[in-house]
Amino acid sequence: MSHPENATVFLKDKARAKWHDETLWIVREKRDATIHQIPEWEKLRELASQIKDHTLSKLDFYLEELEKNASANGIKVHWAENAEEHNQIVASILKEKNCKAIVKSKSILTEECHLNPYLEERGIEVVDTDLGERIIQFLKQPPSHIVMPAIHLKKSDISDIFHEKLHTEKGNVDPVYLTHAARLHLREKFLQAKVAITGVNFAVAETGEFVVCTNEGNADMGVHLADTHIACMGIEKLIPRRKDLGVFLRLLARSATGQSITNYNSHFRSPSPGKELHLILVNNGRTKQLGREKFRNSLKCIRCGACMNTCPIYRRSGGFSYGSTVPGPIGSILSPGIDLKKYSTLPFASTLCGSCSDVCPVKINIHEQLYEWRQEITKAQGSSLKGLSMKLANGIFKSPLAYRLSGKMMRASLKSLPDSIIYNPLNAWGKGRNLPDLPEESFKAWYKKNRS
Amino acid sequence: MSSRESILAAIKGLKLEEKPLPDIPDFEIADDLLAAFTNSLNANKGTVATKEEVEKLIEETTFLKIYSASPAFEQYSNCQIPKHPADFADLDLAIIEGQFASAENAAIWLDESNLDLRALPFITAHLVIVIKKENILGNMHQAYTRIGLTNSGFGIFIAGPSKTADIEQSLVVGAHGAMSLRVVIL
Ligand code: SF4
Repeated sequence: MSHPENATVFLKDKARAKWHDETLWIVREKRDATIHQIPEWEKLRELASQIKDHTLSKLDFYLEELEKNASANGIKVHWAENAEEHNQIVASILKEKNCKAIVKSKSILTEECHLNPYLEERGIEVVDTDLGERIIQFLKQPPSHIVMPAIHLKKSDISDIFHEKLHTEKGNVDPVYLTHAARLHLREKFLQAKVAITGVNFAVAETGEFVVCTNEGNADMGVHLADTHIACMGIEKLIPRRKDLGVFLRLLARSATGQSITNYNSHFRSPSPGKELHLILVNNGRTKQLGREKFRNSLKCIRCGACMNTCPIYRRSGGFSYGSTVPGPIGSILSPGIDLKKYSTLPFASTLCGSCSDVCPVKINIHEQLYEWRQEITKAQGSSLKGLSMKLANGIFKSPLAYRLSGKMMRASLKSLPDSIIYNPLNAWGKGRNLPDLPEESFKAWYKKNRS
Repeated sequence: MSSRESILAAIKGLKLEEKPLPDIPDFEIADDLLAAFTNSLNANKGTVATKEEVEKLIEETTFLKIYSASPAFEQYSNCQIPKHPADFADLDLAIIEGQFASAENAAIWLDESNLDLRALPFITAHLVIVIKKENILGNMHQAYTRIGLTNSGFGIFIAGPSKTADIEQSLVVGAHGAMSLRVVIL
């Protein structure tokens, strides 16, 4: 399946597609409102970008620092070259603990490594404890957004699945009622779990500690009740100094949802007496991306999701249309580095409007990298990916309306178009609004130049 | 070669040119820190309460199990820290002392010296944090300057009660952890 084909599926339910688009735009607007209260916002982005650039330029040094300091704190540090090795490490710890059920808080890395199916095949019950993640786990779906995993669902869907799994009243769609039903259900799981898994938002080389941010408090409920805490991180999650956290914690939640900070920001430095703390450092292609000069700084990403919320394509095509663990603009530059052929349509799922780069708190030049990937993919046409770019072009331009939207019309305000046209399933991307200025070379111009 | 060695070797092999690490400058902070803190806390769905209000709450509600790590509310504490944290699953109210807070986002810093039990502020049904007015700082940079390199096995910025918006973006307070946060400023 290609992105345009998947997007067409998403747009079949017009009302839902419209809701998705509008809801994410509201999140983007909340982000705008909150950052306007911070006069130094641009300076903070610059600092964050420089700190990450610096860290990536000495990543080997900082990884060794982290390992040294974390080990001195009593954290057991593991290294995994790839997803398989990461999963093996987790499984071996669980085996040693004779553990058959774990609780897990949100971790995009464990999604990337497909940890859940790996453990489930080995008879281990995995309970995702973030509410949105629990919902999609019940539905056997992957997350459609990295911050709001169940954003593609309506409360009636959630009510139905909770009725089935948690025996809530049929047809009761009250979010308070449903959330509290999940609270009771997950409490049981927390109280029983012996091992808890979390992701990592930031790891600090200087102190050997790592930070996990949540609003629900689910990561903390898991790890403080369990005897063993396993934290999994990509090797790019490092920052040099503790005080750098001041910069990143100011940026992360504001960019993600427009709140000034997440309600729980936990700093783990050593295990409680009698307990165990493991930290797994995972490569899984990151050193390769580090070696690609043009795409290197995609590793600065702090997974705030702002580029998704603002993206006119993401909002109108949904997270599943990307078919990758990380969807949206950042996913479209990370995924081709992992599998160019599989994800070859993703760099084309963009108008190159640049809104993603404008909102990115670590100043990744996302839209420029999308353009670079297009060139790489076009270049590859002559060899193993013969004919691919024409296929891509056919997919995208199958619908004349999508073609026009992706080019010239994106520039104009489309507010006056009736919804029936904008959310027509034939229009794979929908309407454009509130977009910043387009780069000089538009998608259409690029296409004209490159199609020969 | 171990994965550790191969990862480090792959990075070293790139011979990347070192980029500079910037200093973090001072930024302006709010004039009225108490007002800014209160606004931020309300936005996070927490509230500021007086000591009397919390005392009244304790007297008027049916909180059966209360643990206070704060000397200001010592007389209400009616249980001990359990050996296993799960035994606090029925805790109605925890009262703890925060070290300092950042006004820009109402984030209150606590570490193990304040918590007695790491699970305490999460497993309790309701949470009260006591802070001193003079310990309200401006922003997160000041907060990290204050933390410095102090060493605690666990430290946390708490900025509000447990909350979620995972069901159609409707905000619901009380997802897993504390269903309310009151901050008493002495
Ligand atoms: S690329 Fe930037 S905006 Fe997108 S998720 Fe990463 S940090 Fe956020």
